[in-house]
Amino acid sequence: MTSTAAGVDAGPLYRTVRLIRRFEERAIDLVRAGEIVGGIHPYLGQEAIAAGVCAALRPDDLITSTHRGHGHVLAKGADPARMLAELCGRATGLNGGRGGSMHAADFSVGIFGANAIVGAAGSILTGAVWAKRRLGGDQVGATFFGDGAVNEGMLLEGFSLAALWSVPVVFVCENNGYATTMPVAQAVAGTITGRAEAFGIPAVVVDGQDPEAVRDATREAVDAARAGGGPRLLECRTYRFDAHHTFEHDVRLDYRDAAEVAQGRSRDPVEIQGARLDPAQRAAIDAEVEAVLAEAVEFALASPTPDPADALAYLYASGLRPRPGSA
Amino acid sequence: MPRLSYLKALNRALGDELARDPSVVVLGEDIRVAASNLTAGLLKKYGPERIIDTPLAEQGFTNFATGAALAGLRPVIEFQIPSLLFLVFEQIANQAHKFSLMTGGQARVPVTYVVTGSGSRSGWAGQHSDHPYGLLAHVGVKTLVPATPADAYGLLLSAVRDDDPVVLFAPAGALGVRADVDPTELAAVPIGVGTLRRPGDDVTVVAVGHLVHDALAVAEELADQVSVEVFDPRTLYPFDIDGLLASVGRTGRLVVVDDSNRSCGIGAEIIASVVERVALAAPPRRVTRPDGAVLPFAAALDRAVQPGREQLTAAIQLVMKG
Ligand SMILES: Cc1ncc(C[n+]2csc(CCOP(=O)(O)OP(=O)(O)O)c2C)c(N)n1
Ligand SMILES: [Mg+2]
Repeated sequence: MTSTAAGVDAGPLYRTVRLIRRFEERAIDLVRAGEIVGGIHPYLGQEAIAAGVCAALRPDDLITSTHRGHGHVLAKGADPARMLAELCGRATGLNGGRGGSMHAADFSVGIFGANAIVGAAGSILTGAVWAKRRLGGDQVGATFFGDGAVNEGMLLEGFSLAALWSVPVVFVCENNGYATTMPVAQAVAGTITGRAEAFGIPAVVVDGQDPEAVRDATREAVDAARAGGGPRLLECRTYRFDAHHTFEHDVRLDYRDAAEVAQGRSRDPVEIQGARLDPAQRAAIDAEVEAVLAEAVEFALASPTPDPADALAYLYASGLRPRPGSA
Repeated sequence: MPRLSYLKALNRALGDELARDPSVVVLGEDIRVAASNLTAGLLKKYGPERIIDTPLAEQGFTNFATGAALAGLRPVIEFQIPSLLFLVFEQIANQAHKFSLMTGGQARVPVTYVVTGSGSRSGWAGQHSDHPYGLLAHVGVKTLVPATPADAYGLLLSAVRDDDPVVLFAPAGALGVRADVDPTELAAVPIGVGTLRRPGDDVTVVAVGHLVHDALAVAEELADQVSVEVFDPRTLYPFDIDGLLASVGRTGRLVVVDDSNRSCGIGAEIIASVVERVALAAPPRRVTRPDGAVLPFAAALDRAVQPGREQLTAAIQLVMKG
């Protein structure tokens, strides 16, 4: 690749990691301000994975996301303003204020939902991609999950079904070293890639701090999967820069020391990708992202909250109305 | 008129839906050879692309079916054992059921779960004999328990066509029921509509699933002492409370017979739903399994734990005295 081509390519990836970074920082501010109730699981530090994976997907390809899912949702193409409105519980949110941070979904751009149950989404995504192919499509899917999820039987059952039925799914493990406070070394017997290999799924370890490395590894996996090669696993090594959840900003949990955090933060995906741009290009993208987010915040906070009379709207797709809780 | 068995009715309904709608697929264990007979003949007709044997990975394939439904198919899953519903409770109650609301109406999950042979199967002991329909009804998953071959056919049809997850319990005690059925009259039975199986004046007996047949037998036995009306809800969630209130409004007395555990059981819900709306002439009664029952193996013990005709007769007599 020539340096110009790399430079042209570097811009969109940089924009995505920068958008996620600044979105999360804004969201944390809104948690502090009481506008986002219930807190969030910040994606800070892991931006390269969402950005790199989604850069290798087509708009009609599918993803599922996790409790730490804002980055995936933004990278796959959801509107940041409607995403932020969802976090703020507004009627204009992606899910009409019914999902919140851990359940954001936008089926129109292939986001089959963030899922708050660790390890649940892998087999859901596998079924969805399988169905799309049955219905004549050539979509692939990527399902994100953490290092904690690889100890969940239901995820491993998803590996098994995807491999047996040759479903084109990229299993994207974001190994950030911890499941909440549990270090991966104390939780994973064997290895993460070994989990996949046991089912005959090719697996590689990827530098999860480098957006281009993630994108390139995903492209390879997606190409192989789309061509009929069945599922793949990427173990993206990364580091969570901030809290497991914003509650940790108030309650200090003692599980990683300052030196380790400083070391982890030293490889910042925004800086790694930003260094590939010339300063003027970078500044222009930064300014554009700030404008988008300023508008998103304004949109979210100006949006109406949903009508409590409709609290259980959508409970049944068939339209069944549940009995009220009183009278 | 031709005789139709309950199991054959389910099989026919599944075949008819596979023929009508190419988006219907069936997943389950040993369904190609039709170990339970639910899928008899379907592999030959619809092939392994639509009659799909799964590995023993219930949590995985239940979520897989949710994903397939989100993407536009209408999967039907057969569970071999009722207690497998405990294993996949997360996948049904916390995933499939919640997608529509949580996504603000973007998603629908039309999956049907069929338990072929729920409740006691005589001799299958503790881990094969549960009847957890109350749990599904509690979390708000559409829960169907047909009692007759025509309803087995019609409710399975409606389940497959419904846009939400639906669980259909086919009680082991009902699988062998046969009835004269005019095949041209087989049709979809709406979800949430009960039916009067027998008119009566003195007491309404609500009977669930296979116990409808026991209730009818008891009603006949008692016919010269008391006039028993038998109401078959057919669907436990949503429940046809208006249909039941119409009956109880006439009789003023209520007994519920239900083959599941007593505490927080569907019988309690049915009674509560009635007494908060109408005053009864006598305290209502439930005939159920005991609290927290685990079905013991030996035949006499298994029977002792299940609600039977004797207890139902006693309950009716008590309610008539009260
Ligand atoms: C099945 C399940 N168990 C426990 C939890 C509570 N929980 C939420 S996030 C989390 C840690 C997940 O760790 P990991 O998969 O590594 O993802 P990370 O938070 O590091 O992104 C836990 C234990 C849950 N949501 N689901
Ligand atoms: Mg982790």
